[in-house]
Amino acid sequence: MKILIKSGRVIDPASGLDANQDIAIAAGRIVAMGDTINDFTPEKTIDASGTVVAPGLIDLCTRLREPGFEHESMLESEMAAAVAGGVTSLVCPPDTDPVLDEPGLVDMLKFRTKKLRQARVFPLGALTRGLKGEVLTEMAELTESGCVGFGQADVPIVNTQVLQRTFQYAASFGYSVWLRPQDYWLGQGVAASGPLATRMGLSGVPVAAEVIALETIFELLRGTPARVHLCRISSAKGLELVRKAKVEGLPITCDVSVHNLHLIDVDMGYYDARLRLQPPVRQQIDRDALRAGLADGTIDALVSDHNPVEADAKNLPFAQAEPGATAVELLLSLALKWGQADGVPDITVLRALTRGPASVLGQSLGSLQDSIGRIVVGGVADICIYNPHDEWVVSDDRLRSQGKHTPFTGYALPGTVCQTIAGGFIAFDGQ
Amino acid sequence: MRLQRNPQLNANGELIHLLSTEGLSKAVLTHILDTAANFVSVSDREVKKVPLLRGKSVFNLFFENSTRTRTTFDIAATRLSADVINLDIARSSASKGESLLDTIDNLSAMAADIFVVRHNESGAPYLIAQHVAPHVHVVNAGDGRHAHPTQALLDMYTIRHFKGDFSNLSVAIVGDVLHSRVARSNIHALTTLGCPDVRVVGPKTLVPGDMTQMGARVCHDLREGISGVDVVIALRLQNERMSGALLPSAQEFFKSYGLTPERMQWAKPDAIVMHPGPINRGVEIASAVADGPQAVILSQVTFGIAVRMAVMSIVASHDA
Amino acid sequence: MNHTPLKTIPANELNAEALYQSLLSHMRTVVTDSATPIRLVGIASGGVWLARRLQLDLGLEGEAGVVSSSMHRDDFSTRGLSSMTVQTQLPFEVNGATVWLIDDVLYTGRTIRAVLNELFDYGRPAAVKLAVLVDRGQRELPVEANVAIARAELPATQLLELSRTPQGQLTFDVEAIAD
Repeated sequence: MKILIKSGRVIDPASGLDANQDIAIAAGRIVAMGDTINDFTPEKTIDASGTVVAPGLIDLCTRLREPGFEHESMLESEMAAAVAGGVTSLVCPPDTDPVLDEPGLVDMLKFRTKKLRQARVFPLGALTRGLKGEVLTEMAELTESGCVGFGQADVPIVNTQVLQRTFQYAASFGYSVWLRPQDYWLGQGVAASGPLATRMGLSGVPVAAEVIALETIFELLRGTPARVHLCRISSAKGLELVRKAKVEGLPITCDVSVHNLHLIDVDMGYYDARLRLQPPVRQQIDRDALRAGLADGTIDALVSDHNPVEADAKNLPFAQAEPGATAVELLLSLALKWGQADGVPDITVLRALTRGPASVLGQSLGSLQDSIGRIVVGGVADICIYNPHDEWVVSDDRLRSQGKHTPFTGYALPGTVCQTIAGGFIAFDGQ
Repeated sequence: MRLQRNPQLNANGELIHLLSTEGLSKAVLTHILDTAANFVSVSDREVKKVPLLRGKSVFNLFFENSTRTRTTFDIAATRLSADVINLDIARSSASKGESLLDTIDNLSAMAADIFVVRHNESGAPYLIAQHVAPHVHVVNAGDGRHAHPTQALLDMYTIRHFKGDFSNLSVAIVGDVLHSRVARSNIHALTTLGCPDVRVVGPKTLVPGDMTQMGARVCHDLREGISGVDVVIALRLQNERMSGALLPSAQEFFKSYGLTPERMQWAKPDAIVMHPGPINRGVEIASAVADGPQAVILSQVTFGIAVRMAVMSIVASHDA
Repeated sequence: MNHTPLKTIPANELNAEALYQSLLSHMRTVVTDSATPIRLVGIASGGVWLARRLQLDLGLEGEAGVVSSSMHRDDFSTRGLSSMTVQTQLPFEVNGATVWLIDDVLYTGRTIRAVLNELFDYGRPAAVKLAVLVDRGQRELPVEANVAIARAELPATQLLELSRTPQGQLTFDVEAIAD
């Protein structure tokens, strides 16, 4: 379909563009951009005055819960939630049931999601069979099926020799390894270690769990360079190590979740299980460091860490509740909220949701590498049009996801998505 | 961050659930102790019952075994003329996979007025309190490591009985403080009631440094910990601690932290020794001390019934 | 029962000290006429001073008892726990005793019912009698005083309470009930 997006404020972090422009889309690509566009007869015109026209958001962690944990039409609801949140590309972790360690499972997932004509789905394959941390998966086959990298979701590899070998193997082919840096033994707790966890009688995860895991990964990388993406940095100390490692030149990238960006341990109040999250939200000093790290680019991407935990799984005592929160529909708004609170320019905020995650994915995107996360003539038409002046209150009925548990229920958040265009197709229209 | 009202109090600041000593004012704690004083004498009457909770049903919901605590709640409720139902959760539907809240709903449908709950997970009573109908009251009989408010209240009653005013006292809590809900509840109660010197004593594996933020002084040396104190509260050491690499053995614990008559000389001469029970002789406390003149452990048990009577009658008398 | 017909006095003319003297003289007769020792028990809280003063003035051995109605009140579900500042103390063997309950004002009779239940939790007295300074009528239960010195009428919106001046003199106060 030929679409004209008129009079929007186009912000493209990759090129630094921030100007009122029209955009013409045809056959799934951006064919023209400018103050006026001639010789273009659109079938649909979107009046984007008063809105921001940004590259479609890229979420490096959205759980679709398929296969295995799905409820009826879960794939459909979560994919619908993603585009409603302005997300046009999402990465899903391999902790499904069965684990994404077989090419057939990846093929099926890609097939089903493609049919929905919504966001592009980039699965992460399991790094080890069953995520058990023992036997390597068939990474070449899985890449052929569409995996953009290999990870362990929330399951650390305990055996350092195995970990080292995953780096070696992946590096041979240029695959990237996605790891959540948390020591297995020290990471058994349910809340961030500290005076609050002590007072509440909850087992804690100390910062050392993250620091030790990071140091282990970095030391192994020095011997065996491989592209590693660190998922969900949670502490100031951890972030500082990442900063130093980047300066040193280690081939790493990292992300932070919207929860660690906004929340701290005391937000759990009286054992609110919606704050049962992995990694746990830590103290003020950690939150402040993470916010600064996202602003200065030490952290490459902001992720939703979307997990549509079902209702009953949170109606349990804190330690027994399933960790996770629904978040893909809040990603943009929570990013804008951060930007407003800390005075971060819009273009920087959007970079954390577009160009940043695109560069994390890098070569694994293949031919899409040049245009995903950007608004560029000739590139794919993945666009998110949003109204930055509008506000909405998070509530169950406003969420398309089947997961309704979020610590942000009741919050008034800035920014509502007007349209989401994926591959030139209007996948979501909020008007 | 959203502000939440303290779930223990109704809009008038009256106690409707007892979940923790934390967050309760000095006035509320003192009122419970004063009310308990009235109930102590009920055991001395010929008719050991008063009709305050007649017609009310008290359900003892113990997900963690404890014959002792359950029995004292049973006796307390019976002395108030309530109907008591004891639920053996291990054999009930909960062990067949029924969720905690489903269990509560089923029991509420049987017209429960008060749930006395003991659970191995910190925070479980809060979940229950948020879930029950307005006229139902929850009394926490111990949740995970977090709180054991009735034990703390009876400990406070005992201290007040033998020592009077809290504002001049030094109190030491010795043992596995890390895992102790009794310790946490006692620290909150003592600091609220004005005790200026609360100490927690034990090895670093069992006494976390960040307990100072709760208002207690952390000591890893027993002598430093109990020098000049008026009250020593010994905590029970559980066998599991040995397997978690927290302690090498019970003997080693006794060697460094066990209360013996010689070590009790470091405390004040008229210091009292308390223990929530059941005691491990030769581990936390030597028999000579447990059976000696300074020990008030049996008084704690007596006061425990009166305190639980007070708690149940107070919460039952307030609407949500 | 009291054989002297009661005069109805306006509430503001009640002279507590004078009424006490009348009560004292009645109780002297009771003590003299009784074959067995009588035990005075003041009903908390208005009857406590009266019982203690009577105990002294009558030259009785030991101390007057105190009985509280708080454990047996019938309004727990509406009013909650009443103030428990005064506890029941009965420094004598209740079984077989002749107990005289002493109170300042007899009104609906509910306090007396609660006090009787409390008393019987301690044992089985041989007899229980009631002496009050003022009977303000409006009974809701079939309870009567064996000795009542005066009768007064007040609307239900007013409280009649006995208090003591700083000099230790007994006096009656009339107060409107707070909403």
